[in-house]
Amino acid sequence: MLITQLKSKETITSLVNGKKIFIINCQGCKEVHFPEKEAAEFQKELAADGKVTGTITTDYICNPENMKLRLEKHMSEIKAADLVLVFSCGVGVQTIAEYLEDKTVCAACDSCRLPGFQGVTPLEYDCGQCGECYLNLTGGICPITACSKSLLNGQCGGAKNGKCEVDPNMECGWERIYRRLEKIGRLDALKSPVQIRNYATDDEV
Amino acid sequence: MKITELFERGEFVVSAEVGPPKGIHIEHLLEEAKTYLKGVTAVNVTDNQSSVMRLGSLATCKALKDEGLLPIYQLTCRDRNRIALQSDLLSAAMLGIDNVLALTGDHIKLGDHKGAKPVFDLDSVSLLHTICKLEAGEDLGGNKLVGEPPKFAKGAVVSPCSDSVDSQLAKMERKVRAGAEYFQTQAVYEPEKFIEFMEKAKQFGKPVQLGIVILKSAGMAKFMNDNVAGIHVPQDMIDELKADKEKAKAGITGVEIAARIIKECKPYCQGLHIMALGWESKVPSLLEQAGI
Repeated sequence: MLITQLKSKETITSLVNGKKIFIINCQGCKEVHFPEKEAAEFQKELAADGKVTGTITTDYICNPENMKLRLEKHMSEIKAADLVLVFSCGVGVQTIAEYLEDKTVCAACDSCRLPGFQGVTPLEYDCGQCGECYLNLTGGICPITACSKSLLNGQCGGAKNGKCEVDPNMECGWERIYRRLEKIGRLDALKSPVQIRNYATDDEV
Repeated sequence: MKITELFERGEFVVSAEVGPPKGIHIEHLLEEAKTYLKGVTAVNVTDNQSSVMRLGSLATCKALKDEGLLPIYQLTCRDRNRIALQSDLLSAAMLGIDNVLALTGDHIKLGDHKGAKPVFDLDSVSLLHTICKLEAGEDLGGNKLVGEPPKFAKGAVVSPCSDSVDSQLAKMERKVRAGAEYFQTQAVYEPEKFIEFMEKAKQFGKPVQLGIVILKSAGMAKFMNDNVAGIHVPQDMIDELKADKEKAKAGITGVEIAARIIKECKPYCQGLHIMALGWESKVPSLLEQAGI
């Protein structure tokens, strides 16, 4: 099981920062506890500013085929937005970010681990359920699960021809992150303050 | 003495690397360092290099210091969490080791204890940040240190001939912002790529030491091309090593190639870092041929 919690209002507001946004809610998955009420209240506040181009609420956006079908109907609203704000676990955000590769896709939630069955997710995307989600600093590619060393502050010197030093079949996660940030014009994210993971988060849930 | 003081004086700083043995007998390492690394200002000591368990870097640094050499303590994040790293930094300062090179470290899977736990609680950037915090008299948990805080010359590494050089530069910038005061590079065989890199890196205003590995054979060059990140030995150098096998085996060709690279790159960098990989005996002739 896992819990998704809304990031702090200040964090989300600073991400949105007057931009036009498209909102995606992922609800209905039995393995995830989703903060439906809090999300709905907060989204009302966001909508009051008149900057929301559209909202969809669906389930299993972690399934790429399912997610594409749902998003296709809303492409004009998505195109009109500067930022896609996803209220889901980390897998959902990564799936959307991969599909909308030219868009800035941000996580509005943190995912925290709970004991028990973790659900069925595609192998390409994995969520470490760290408690503090880093996807907004990395263009929607998870540095915890896409980097063999789970580095938070950029690539190590170990990649050869774009492949990880641990596994020649694995792409360097941080090279992927760099390319994605370059594509969405967010290389400034690499200048964010030094990140140090907080392993205490589990106890605080 | 801190290596940064030498850069500040405008000196061209030469360092070389030694790897501690898998055992407790260090006499051979000390003898080689004293004999062959006389012309070198500082000696890097690797920290369980390639994830192979060896004698500790800190203990070896202390032994070198006792022999009158200037050690640089390489510290990786692979094997220790933030508590152990900070504790080892305090230990280093207490022993008078004040040059540190902060590294993320190779992955466990490259080494000889493949079932070990890869730690990486911090990485090279957050380790530099941690050193700065200690220097300001506080640990990473926000607790005050007792008495005068430690002070280090903080080094880091960069890979100028990497196939993702822009990403490397972004990481270099992050290291600078986190407190890196000088850089040592991965081995360079393509001077034009290095010079191009230095043009971009000079915006950070930090001294860079050119990394050199002396080529021992064509086989070694090919192996590095296939397996070592950030290294590409051009075909003409491989042909040069192949042309006269005896000359290559004696180290003459490798030293000639390295000296040429140094001469070409010297105007663009602030120092030299030699990774001799067991060929410490070739260092004096390399320095002589390179005119250093």
